[in-house]
Amino acid sequence: MNGVPPQPPLLEVRGLAMHFPVSEGVLFSRRIGAVKAVDGVDFSIERGETLGLVGESGCGKTTTGRCILRLEKPTAGEVLFDGRDIGRMEREELTALRRRMQVIFQDPYSSLNPRMKVGDIIAEPIKVHSVQPNARRRRERVRELLAVCGLDPKFADRYPHEMSGGQRQRVGIARALALDPEFIVCDEAVSALDVSIQAQVVNLLEDLRGRFGLTYLFIAHDLSVVRHLCQRVAVMYLGRIVEMAASDELFDNPLHPYTQALLSAVPVPDPRIEARREFRPPKGEVPSPINPPSGCVFHPRCPIAVESCQDRRPALRELRPGHWVACSEVSCHPEPQARDLSMNAKDPSLRSG
Amino acid sequence: MTIVARERAAVSPPVEEGAERKRSVLDVGWQFVRRQPLGTFGLVIVLIMFTTGCLADWIAPFDPEENDFSAMMQAPSWVHLLGTDQMGRDIFSRLVFGARTALIVGFTAALVGGFLGLVLGVASAYFGGWFDLVFQRVLDVLMAFPLIILALAVVAVFGTGVINVIIAITIPLFPRCGRIVRASALAVREIPYVDAARALGFSHARIVLRHMMPNVLAPFLILLSAFVGQAILAEASLSYLGLGVQEPVPAWGLMLQGGAEEYATTAPWIAVFPGLAIMLTVLGISLFGDALRDALDPKLRTR
Repeated sequence: MNGVPPQPPLLEVRGLAMHFPVSEGVLFSRRIGAVKAVDGVDFSIERGETLGLVGESGCGKTTTGRCILRLEKPTAGEVLFDGRDIGRMEREELTALRRRMQVIFQDPYSSLNPRMKVGDIIAEPIKVHSVQPNARRRRERVRELLAVCGLDPKFADRYPHEMSGGQRQRVGIARALALDPEFIVCDEAVSALDVSIQAQVVNLLEDLRGRFGLTYLFIAHDLSVVRHLCQRVAVMYLGRIVEMAASDELFDNPLHPYTQALLSAVPVPDPRIEARREFRPPKGEVPSPINPPSGCVFHPRCPIAVESCQDRRPALRELRPGHWVACSEVSCHPEPQARDLSMNAKDPSLRSG
Repeated sequence: MTIVARERAAVSPPVEEGAERKRSVLDVGWQFVRRQPLGTFGLVIVLIMFTTGCLADWIAPFDPEENDFSAMMQAPSWVHLLGTDQMGRDIFSRLVFGARTALIVGFTAALVGGFLGLVLGVASAYFGGWFDLVFQRVLDVLMAFPLIILALAVVAVFGTGVINVIIAITIPLFPRCGRIVRASALAVREIPYVDAARALGFSHARIVLRHMMPNVLAPFLILLSAFVGQAILAEASLSYLGLGVQEPVPAWGLMLQGGAEEYATTAPWIAVFPGLAIMLTVLGISLFGDALRDALDPKLRTR
């Protein structure tokens, strides 16, 4: 991030699409449509960077994460990790990739095998990938990982159900770190925790990023957490990225009408301000991803839509340096209210997506 | 609890061993006896049968296969506790050794069939797709036949004898287990720890055996207890039909066949006692299985 000569991004996603078939009939099922969970998503993540992926439930952010991890085989598009397409990897290469790329799940209650002790859960990947064949050293490594994640090493002998949600999430993080990965997908990693624990885990993730030079894809719906943790944020709506920019830029100066609506939906903690605040939710409901609207998917709910929005699918345009918007109607017009353009220069390493 | 206290608990949790109430095996056993009197009754029958089968050589007063033509069809007496059959063989001794046959056939068939169903059922749920589809249709075919009919067909192909009877009972049992295990495994498959295992690059075999199988064990154990009863009954039926264990090996079904047809009125004890043995054993195993299910179900467990 500091003046290193340009390297290929650690992760690059190009035209990623995941369509789940919807079929009908019992014996001779035929395809009657597809849920377009992800429909043409492009972005890239630099080494050491944290990209936030936000959007409401059902917008395809988790599916995007699962495709990157290759837990799901995408319908189209490619995912390049360190310049190599993971979709074309053979078994052995994929196993090697698993060591470099890890995941932290949302629900700390179901992401740990209830029949295994915490120590075994963390030690298993180390054993399977023959990182440390010596059982005693492996136990030491487990204790070390537990300590790194802020847990008492004695927890190694416990079962997950004997721990609290926050503690279990730390175990999940320790497991993800066990193979010394470079890249971690945090799939709503703090959403299931209560606020005080959430803050601790976010701080832990930040701490680990600095310590081990990690790169995160942080999938979340909690915007305040995203702003705190991420350098760059991408907003998804109905399987597409509608806006992507540096974190502060996006929050202070959202350009896409959907992003504006999303940000205005965040309640203000002060009830007096909240009562007086003007909030215009976008009209209507999120359309079904089985049959998404033509053209720009947001046009039926968009306050600034014009007729041509129905036919033309807007591509991501770089309206301001590093600020990409998929809308053919907005220009730079909604002038930044709080800050001026100087903030664009804040992070020179931000590149186009 | 205040937020501060909770935070502290999350960061530096005191690991207290004493605070956790650990129930000893005796406590659990006593609770089972108190809550499940019928199940306890079943358990006692199963235990009696187990000991009898294991210690048959010491318990039986006579050789179960030795004919004594000077003592044919004798009514129960102090010498022959349950009488003798048409060959002069001591019925009590044959019952005792018959318990061993029933145990061997019943438990082997139930265990082999159960584990086959367990592994294949979990694998079917895990892999999904065409493997699941084909495997489930094969199970459909096997399950279309009533247990005893399919067992008869298998014996007709392989021939009689203890090993073949075990195979014949295993084949109709395993699809029943495979189907039920698959249903539980489908639910387990969607739980994120399976995804986590995949993301960690574990092999399919490891995920199926280490991560999914241990989590479908509860329904499986209950199924297994039901299977033992069914297998014993199937063995008795096959033997009764003359297609199971062959004379002179003592087996309850066989004794029933020899006794019931010709001597039902003249020497009823020849048929009544093996019939009672079959009934009591199957009843005992069923009662115990039911009680086990209730005891293992956390929703039915108070406290």
